[in-house]
Amino acid sequence: MPSFHPRFRPSRRHVLGGGASALVGLTFLPRFALSEEEKKLNFYNWDTYIGETTLADFKEATGIDVKMDLFADNDELFAKLKEGNPGYDVIVPTNDYVERMIKAGMVMPIDHAKIPNMSNIDKKFQDAAFDPGRKYSIPYMWGTLGIGYRKSKSGGGVMDSWKVLLDSDKFSGKLSLLGDAQNVIGCTLKYLGHSFNSTNPAEIKEAEELLIKQKKNVKVFADDNGQDLLASGEVDACMEWNGDIIQVMKEDKDLAYAVPTEGTLLWQDCVCIPKGAPHPENAHLFLNFILDAENGKKIADTIQYATANAAARALMDKDYQENPAIFPPEEVIAKCEPGIYVGEEAIKIRDEAWTRIQAA
Amino acid sequence: MESWKDNRQVFWILALPGTFWLLCFFLLPLGIIWLMSFGEKTSITDVAITGTLANYLRAFDPVYLQILWKSIWISVLATALCLLVAYPVAFGICFARPVWKPLLLLLVILPFWINLLIRTYALIAVFRTNGFVNAGLAFLYDLVGLSPLIGPFQPLQLLYNDFAVIAGLVYVYMPFMVLPLYATIERLDRSYLEASLDLGASQSRTFLSVTLPLTMPGVVSGIILVFIPCLGSFLTPDLLGGANAVMIGNVIERQFKAANDWPFGAALSFLLMYATFFALAVRSALSGRKSGMEL
Repeated sequence: MPSFHPRFRPSRRHVLGGGASALVGLTFLPRFALSEEEKKLNFYNWDTYIGETTLADFKEATGIDVKMDLFADNDELFAKLKEGNPGYDVIVPTNDYVERMIKAGMVMPIDHAKIPNMSNIDKKFQDAAFDPGRKYSIPYMWGTLGIGYRKSKSGGGVMDSWKVLLDSDKFSGKLSLLGDAQNVIGCTLKYLGHSFNSTNPAEIKEAEELLIKQKKNVKVFADDNGQDLLASGEVDACMEWNGDIIQVMKEDKDLAYAVPTEGTLLWQDCVCIPKGAPHPENAHLFLNFILDAENGKKIADTIQYATANAAARALMDKDYQENPAIFPPEEVIAKCEPGIYVGEEAIKIRDEAWTRIQAA
Repeated sequence: MESWKDNRQVFWILALPGTFWLLCFFLLPLGIIWLMSFGEKTSITDVAITGTLANYLRAFDPVYLQILWKSIWISVLATALCLLVAYPVAFGICFARPVWKPLLLLLVILPFWINLLIRTYALIAVFRTNGFVNAGLAFLYDLVGLSPLIGPFQPLQLLYNDFAVIAGLVYVYMPFMVLPLYATIERLDRSYLEASLDLGASQSRTFLSVTLPLTMPGVVSGIILVFIPCLGSFLTPDLLGGANAVMIGNVIERQFKAANDWPFGAALSFLLMYATFFALAVRSALSGRKSGMEL
């Protein structure tokens, strides 16, 4: 039986038609605007970390459309931008990551002339050790890391020592710690009387051994949902950020927040413009917008963290201004330390200690 | 069947898009990561490929081997449980009435329509202290009135331990085991089973000596499809595992994020891949030597 072998010999018409459809397919690829800055802004932010109406208000004021993407932690932000900016104009790293990004050349200088509202910033935050002269960042929110606990299950008294989380059986099986090396090891170092940012291998080893000993009492290392576990009764004490605990305290009067007396982390989130941002002009407009007193007030109202914007703080109600969980008293702040970028070597030592703690 | 050499032009036109995709978006990135495993960090963001084996040597540190061993153990347990549950399910679907078969298959595939992350979160809601299982048991407990006898209801600790991780893995990878088994059992020649029963073998003897060997290719495919992803999973232990259930996938994920040590993460990933290749090679060597039962 003769077999049929068709020869593929396309006619000119077919080639032209096929080529044209392939070119049409190419137009579906993303395009880059070569003309003046279009009215768009790409904002990379934490979840629930902007006012409810801020982006809509910005669009109304300037006509610029803001597209907000979310990230879960600083490491995700850093990993995403490490190999080159994928197109973000405004990012919100924490202070030690601002330092890291400045050293890695990943952020671009901010033109202060374009941001007159910088005068609204609280005097304490007008300058920063990790960013001298505020060349690359403007402060956004700040806060502490402390202990959230359920009053009825804690046997009375204020849980204001790291001991209950790191060195005792008090909440055995019903406590959670944060899930990342820097913060948990840092707080343990504070409890042992060392610096949060210590790079001394012996001190880190001491912290590692204490945590391995305490691990049998830890139920879970909850990265970001410690407050949910506390609210649902899964744990009775957790290491969490002050704003998260305040949010669940509003719904459940049995919960409380305390800053440990041994001292803790004083963090500061900043807004930066990454290098290679496609819309730097719009980014400056956005930074100026959120530093405005009224807009800052709306943001602080929604997210309930301590704002670095003095003008916005003045507009807030008394509940917010005098809440010791949001604005701790001076003597407590004196014992707290800001996180600094400890260098790649020290990060590696802490990560290995953390792997050993997890595997134990 | 025609050989592709007879119609080279047609073959290449059809194969080109797929080959291009495979090369560009699969082999090329894999190659870059492989090269990176021989590199080292020169600055915060840069990696230099220096041909160093330091990353692989570091991966043989006892702490990483211990985690790898635990991951293998959890994966073996999860795969075995999956097989134990999936085989009767696949068998049942094959021997059901033809009217029911598509519906039953749909029920098995339906979880795939929902994202893995959401399914794992749903398990949290089921297993936690006030979750559905404990709430249901508490209700029954009170109904039967055991409180006066043995004291108040103690909720079961079903979450944040190894049990939750294995349950999560079995739940998520069940369809991967059921479908290959279903495909193989469906092609089973029923006359073999009838002959065996006619010749006097009991049901269990028939199953062990006739059904199981004949469906072995499906079993092996299912095991491979479940074991390999289980070994590399990091989402399930992260969400369900609590303080003690760190697996090698979690360590690798941390290297690419918190530790910012991509060469080491690449070395760990490729060690996992070499181990998988080794297991597959062993498997094909074994099956090559035995006389396979071709269906």
